[in-house]
Amino acid sequence: MSEGIGARVARKEDKRFITGKGKYTDDIRMENQAYAAFVRSPHAHARVTGIDASAAEAMDGVVAVLNGAQLTGDGIGNIICGWAITSKDGSPMNMGAWSALATEKVRYVGDAVAVVIADSQAQARLAAEAVDVSYEVLPAVAMADKAMEGNAPQIHDNAPGNMVYDWEIGDEAATDAGLAAATHITELEITNNRLSPNPMEPRSAVATFDASEDHYTLYTTSQNPHVARLVLSAFYNVAPEHKLRVIAPDVGGGFGSKIYIYPEEITCLWASMKTGRSVKWTSDRSEAFLTDAHGRDHISTAKMGFDANGKITGFKVDTIANFGAYMSLFSSAVPTYLYATLLSGQYNISNVYCGVKGIYTNTVPVDAYRGAGRPEACYLIERMLETAARELNIDPAELRRRNFIQSFPHETPVIMTYDAGDFDGNLDKAQAAANLAGFPARKAEAAARGKLRGIGYSCYIEACGIAPSAAVGSLGAGVGLWESAEVRVNPVGTIEVLTGSHSHGQGHETTFAQIVAERFGVPIDNVSIVHGDTDKVQFGMGTYGSRSGAVGMSAIVKAMDKVEAKVKKIAAHTLEASEDDIVIEGGEVKVAGTDKSMAWHEVGLSAYMAHNLPEGMEPGLKEGAFYDPVNFTFPSGTYIAEVEVDPDTGVTEVVQFTAADDFGTIINPMIVEGQVHGGVAQGIGQAMLEQVIYDDDGQLVTGSYMDYTMPRASDVPFYTIEHNTTVCPNNPLGIKGCGEAGAIGAPPAVINAITDAIGTNDLQMPATPQAVWNALQMVKAPMAAE
Amino acid sequence: MTSVTMTVNGKSVTREVPDTTLLSEFLREDLRLTGTHVGCDTSQCGACVVHVDGKAVKSCTTLAAAQDGAAVTTIEGVASGGDLHPMQAAFNQHHGLQCGFCTPGMIMAGIDMVNRYQAEGKALTSEAIRHELEGNICRCTGYHNIVKAIEDAASNMSTVPAAAE
Amino acid sequence: MYPTKYHKAESVAGAVAALAAAEDGRVLSGGQTLIPTMKQHLAAPSDLVDVRNVAGMQGVTVGPGTVTIGAATKHADVAASAELRQHIPGLAALAGGIGDPAVRAMGTLGGSIANNDPAADYPSAVLALNATVITDRREIAADDYFDGMFATALEDGEIVTGVRFPVPTRAAYSKFPNPASRYAMVGVFVAETGGSVRVAVTGAGSDGVFRHGGLESALSANFSAGAVDGVAVEADMMMSDIHASAAYRAHLVSVVAKRAVDAALA
Repeated sequence: MSEGIGARVARKEDKRFITGKGKYTDDIRMENQAYAAFVRSPHAHARVTGIDASAAEAMDGVVAVLNGAQLTGDGIGNIICGWAITSKDGSPMNMGAWSALATEKVRYVGDAVAVVIADSQAQARLAAEAVDVSYEVLPAVAMADKAMEGNAPQIHDNAPGNMVYDWEIGDEAATDAGLAAATHITELEITNNRLSPNPMEPRSAVATFDASEDHYTLYTTSQNPHVARLVLSAFYNVAPEHKLRVIAPDVGGGFGSKIYIYPEEITCLWASMKTGRSVKWTSDRSEAFLTDAHGRDHISTAKMGFDANGKITGFKVDTIANFGAYMSLFSSAVPTYLYATLLSGQYNISNVYCGVKGIYTNTVPVDAYRGAGRPEACYLIERMLETAARELNIDPAELRRRNFIQSFPHETPVIMTYDAGDFDGNLDKAQAAANLAGFPARKAEAAARGKLRGIGYSCYIEACGIAPSAAVGSLGAGVGLWESAEVRVNPVGTIEVLTGSHSHGQGHETTFAQIVAERFGVPIDNVSIVHGDTDKVQFGMGTYGSRSGAVGMSAIVKAMDKVEAKVKKIAAHTLEASEDDIVIEGGEVKVAGTDKSMAWHEVGLSAYMAHNLPEGMEPGLKEGAFYDPVNFTFPSGTYIAEVEVDPDTGVTEVVQFTAADDFGTIINPMIVEGQVHGGVAQGIGQAMLEQVIYDDDGQLVTGSYMDYTMPRASDVPFYTIEHNTTVCPNNPLGIKGCGEAGAIGAPPAVINAITDAIGTNDLQMPATPQAVWNALQMVKAPMAAE
Repeated sequence: MTSVTMTVNGKSVTREVPDTTLLSEFLREDLRLTGTHVGCDTSQCGACVVHVDGKAVKSCTTLAAAQDGAAVTTIEGVASGGDLHPMQAAFNQHHGLQCGFCTPGMIMAGIDMVNRYQAEGKALTSEAIRHELEGNICRCTGYHNIVKAIEDAASNMSTVPAAAE
Repeated sequence: MYPTKYHKAESVAGAVAALAAAEDGRVLSGGQTLIPTMKQHLAAPSDLVDVRNVAGMQGVTVGPGTVTIGAATKHADVAASAELRQHIPGLAALAGGIGDPAVRAMGTLGGSIANNDPAADYPSAVLALNATVITDRREIAADDYFDGMFATALEDGEIVTGVRFPVPTRAAYSKFPNPASRYAMVGVFVAETGGSVRVAVTGAGSDGVFRHGGLESALSANFSAGAVDGVAVEADMMMSDIHASAAYRAHLVSVVAKRAVDAALA
């Protein structure tokens, strides 16, 4: 089957994108459309003492200027975080109030205080500048460690010490004992740099209120339109769900940043009702840097103990996580259940303990960004292992092998149960593909050119396919994390699959069609995938956490099971055979071992003609299913980076990057490898280029591509990708997920390679030329350096 | 307001627009050619690249009024009839796009660089492609397949014999 | 952007007149800096006078011992000029490395030096080559032209129409790009003319493009990369920002100067 599971099929959705016919939110223009421009705080922390909109209201084209008092007065609810985390003392997390338009206080630069609705975008933006907001400026704090200090400004009244929560996992006493028994302890202080997700399509929303039906329609850049509708309805009181349609059309990348329901969508919906106009807002990149949720931003201290054989005796971590000014939708889960639960890595460790303090600062909210917690965990573990190997003078691959988990299922001390994997196999494949044996010669050749060549490993594991609903519910999640699907076979045999997953670059229109082609033998061109519209798809939890394959496709499989059962019944009835003897093969429905068959489309036609169906069978051929995973999935792999450092300048080039991933079953290797390419590039970006910087007053310094370094084509190499597949035992296709691996696994491999090249472990991300050069000066003259 | 006349994708168009109208806005809002995208405001991402008088330029960084009289080609204009341009076909074949947002600019930049290198008789190596893409940012693909696609399209667009290098 | 009035000038005189008539007019050339600045509401000229099509401001002209480049000549055309590649290849190479291909297809020499961005490439060439800036009303020696960040000797309403570069014995530019913007974080142009060397540094100085006397003396005595080693490049005159400290920039000036010397000798 050339189009089924495992086939490198070119993407069906490409044609509209390569011809300029994609339909993104900003491409949509409604009749009678007006434009929104937000009045944003220039201060990181201030009391709003007055808003004078009179000058703006008098300007050409201005329809309305609306503020937070009006918004809350109309009953629009505060923005919420959907995962309740309990501190170690049993107290609930301290969620500060977050209104879509600030009322009394602003808490970060970019916090919206008012919105101008005008006939054109230019008019709206000019008028927004003319809204005169009076502020009483308050002291601000941008760094999480500083926000914990006693004299730090208080950002929310209900969060003393700016503490969101003080949470822990693992057995601290046992871990301390494990460390006490160690013959060697490796200790590192590690920051995980703050990042801006930067999907290339800026966020956008077009909201329309139809007064005659009391009905709202929202086009928006969302990874999960049903969740948006649910939250907009249940918590923000915009409209009841049956009066609100949310459509996420073509979406230009998300990486987590388009999971959340932001103030702008809420405001556009409400403003549409207030003004009787369709209201469009499209972010520009500067606004995106100010307002899109950021990622990472951890400060950690970590201790790992080893016995005389190099076996890990304990791993203890303390982490401070910067939440920004408000708790975004998923934020609380990221530095807890998506992070600390992965701190056992690929290793058989009896004792792991992690304490996490979540801290408010005067910065934009921090939430899940590609990998979400797992890159932070992987970076810690893999830097610890590599550093320990250097300290113990053991080969870094060998030290890992001594500690690898060898049998499955394996229960870690941080509540995960790994179901399958082959960590030695991943490492073997990566080492072979990277031509490890040739490294000394490559290093010598580089040295002859005046370059320092280094090699670094990363053996990552992640928990994907989020997640079993009851399990996450017991941990505080506010929703179930199942997925739904509907498979409709038309009377002519073509098939529509309605899925709650959302594709914003992942290629679902192709991959999902391939599993249908595999199952029913129809060409993928006869299968269409419908997603992203709450009026079409019954429900869905959306796409994030590498869940569309493991969870979304599992729902499709469940629906296909039901379709297949009905097809077999119809065929058995028509062909006068036993259901058990019916097989579906090559586009035909056959009686096994005979020449009796029906074409696939004849079954569809029979189902809808309903002239001759089995007794009591309903007409039609359409089945739906909800799939709730029974466990997380655990993609794993080994990445090996090789870098060359120019000692004159600190400029570092990733010259070779090898990935050996275990993603479980792969439907379309071309698409899966594309996910790895993109993830690795983002990982290299985190390791060497990207960092959001706020100054001490909470002003965003990296507010555009002039100062925030995006990976460009010349910053990254061609990647070598290998697959080392163990099938996931817990879902029908055996899929583990591939969307985040690159971003999780790459940063430690790159930093381990750079520190190998320059001969010091004292290096934080991003390893910019300046940072690497500084580290080299420390190596040369540790006392003299600044 | 200024009256602007251009030849866009082979057709003459005239519109009255404010003097502040960017070429990208003229294409997207006045002509509703929404394949040209805007991904930044500092002229770095390249999602807005179109051809003006045969050369790749950033349509977000030039005024429509300043391009009065110009011949403009957008992503909607590069296929001939039903046939994809070799650069478009290569992006599909090599999986050179994921979310598709940077893709129009990438394709327009790719065609431009192949044209320039072929005009000068220079070989378009993968290293040269990476360098030439300095003004085009993609967040999805890690560039691997974009570089492969442009390399392949260059060979399919080739008018210069291979021996020329 | 804020409202503005666009004018297309046909001649230098017409452009000067349009600027004079404007309340707060600006010359628009390639627009690769001005348009983004206006989009971000950081500039709000009442009028834009587009000089891209002005006759006499185009192209590369070789004279006795000089090459003159029209102010409205695009970077791509400067880079591709066979005459320039023959006479001052280092300048053609500089133009071929400005921004990215799409920027080079629009941006112009005149726009670059009139704006005098402290991280722009061209000012270093104008200064190191001891060029003469030609305006609608006078000629200005390079040493008198640049006046700190974003500041020049140009009067209100004065338009750069071209730059005349003396042909050096050898010259080259080397750039260490800012990782984010790809503007010069440190750019060094070295030019030797008859045994005398001028060295101009862009991107690094806390007050824009500047000449470095120490490097000039050392390279005038011995035009080799090795000569740079003995020259102290002080950090106190360097810019410091999130991308590079003053000390790192000072170090890079030496490294990049050596690379420029090597390129000039190649």
